[in-house]
Amino acid sequence: MAIHNILTNTGEWLRGEGPHHQIVISSRVRLARNLRNFAFPGWAKKAVRLQILETTKPEVEALPDMADAFSVYSQDLTALEKQVLVERHLISREHAAKGIGSAVVMNRKQTLSIMINEEDHLRMQAIRSGLQLKSIFKMIDKVDTALEGKLDYAFHPQLGYLTACPTNVGTGMRASAMVHLPALVVSEQINQIIQAVNKIGFAVRGLYGEGTEALGNLFQVSNQTTLGEKEEEIITRLQKVIETIITHEQNARIALLQKQSNKLLDHIGRGYGILRHAHCMTSKEALNLLSFIKLGIDLHFFPEECRIPVDELFMETQPAHLQKGSQQKLAAEERDALRAEIIRTKLTAYPPPNAEAHRLGGPPADSGPAGDGN
Amino acid sequence: MPVPSGFDKIESLVPKSIEFMICDVCKNHQATVFLTQIVDGKMQKVNLCEACSKEKGVTDPTGFALADLLLGLGAAQEMERGGSVQKCPACGFSQADFKKTGRLGCAQCYDTFAEGLAPLLKGMHKGTAHMGKVPNRVQRTLERELRLKNLHRDLRKAVTDEDYESAAKIRDRIKEFEEST
Repeated sequence: MAIHNILTNTGEWLRGEGPHHQIVISSRVRLARNLRNFAFPGWAKKAVRLQILETTKPEVEALPDMADAFSVYSQDLTALEKQVLVERHLISREHAAKGIGSAVVMNRKQTLSIMINEEDHLRMQAIRSGLQLKSIFKMIDKVDTALEGKLDYAFHPQLGYLTACPTNVGTGMRASAMVHLPALVVSEQINQIIQAVNKIGFAVRGLYGEGTEALGNLFQVSNQTTLGEKEEEIITRLQKVIETIITHEQNARIALLQKQSNKLLDHIGRGYGILRHAHCMTSKEALNLLSFIKLGIDLHFFPEECRIPVDELFMETQPAHLQKGSQQKLAAEERDALRAEIIRTKLTAYPPPNAEAHRLGGPPADSGPAGDGN
Repeated sequence: MPVPSGFDKIESLVPKSIEFMICDVCKNHQATVFLTQIVDGKMQKVNLCEACSKEKGVTDPTGFALADLLLGLGAAQEMERGGSVQKCPACGFSQADFKKTGRLGCAQCYDTFAEGLAPLLKGMHKGTAHMGKVPNRVQRTLERELRLKNLHRDLRKAVTDEDYESAAKIRDRIKEFEEST
């Protein structure tokens, strides 16, 4: 499969169909694995990295889940193509900086991606829309089991899977969910939530992981520790944490509707007005305003048909996605103009927020089916 | 790498008990500074001598994390004392490289730097032993080792009990088992 197909088709997880998909954008589980007899990528010489690559890549490509996969050496991707993959969370920012000696393999649905020679020899991840951590863990665990029969993993009887960074040793697993929490932000409860989540051993980060801003009221919640607990236990605890956060966000939405409806309508109305009429918009502003339109849809201020175009805009207004259509690299001002134009075009037929409609639409319940079972 | 935050206590006082405590960093002088940090509800303690506490800047409780200190424990201190420069025999990675990058060189580094890593891992994780998935291949080896160990234990017991008939049988089973795998 060619990069063209990957770039023009958004992945399955962007379609927003999973359980609790209104609040939980996506769930992700990644495993870090290394080969026993090779230095970790950051310390290995180039020749050794190439040897690791040639050992692992054919095995990864041969996985049944990777039939019709997109597989590419890092040096064969342009900076823009890499950035598109970063924006879709298919490769990490760190991996995007790699050249010769690294590669990425991903399936057609873009639910499974395996980075070779990132910080560890293998970083494999599964990503899906909504809250479905358990099924995603099962998916990636199956891939890992298939690979362990072919590759000689670095495994320590006491410390488990050995990783370049000691923060990942043990299970080598990082499970995370991306949550959209506008009501908790507006009602200024978000810091309390973050602190409480931190206290029980989970990290809360911005849109693109460590050290990034929480743009568009989007937060990533992930496990902090990897040693001393079973994978299933970590997943179950994270699932509970996310369910609790969902409840808090829903309660905050109800409270806003009941007690601060004017403030809420103001946020949504301003978002609508600016997005419909602006001619210059940064990606940061776009995400922050789109967040309120998304909230407006959840609360039935906008009809349900409005959901998909807005979800698409979250991705299409990201810098690399914006530029992938144009032939040359755009300057910041040109990007901001193009972004505003794309948004205006998409929202042409969008009705203004209807404050009465949410009452007819019922309570702002999260529409997804409960959990993803076992 | 997550840096634990929130010192609940920082104390600099002479120990109340007569017990003589050695500095965790230089492992040479008497410790007079005792740090306690609570991370995720778990208590972590480090004892330092006067000189090491000054060197590490722990007299200033702000902007100091126990993990940073623990990173330097072990080999790096040995190097400073003019001892041998510890390098991983498999990949040539040194403790100084770890301090610089926060990453290890290869799988064997975990054994090479086990002493320095133990408190670090204890501080950043929920436990000190892996409880999760084990690769099938490793699982089989572990089971085999356990079975052999049990057979050898039975053999020793039979010999002690002067039950030579059983001992001979167990010996044969060990031989059979070793040949079969």
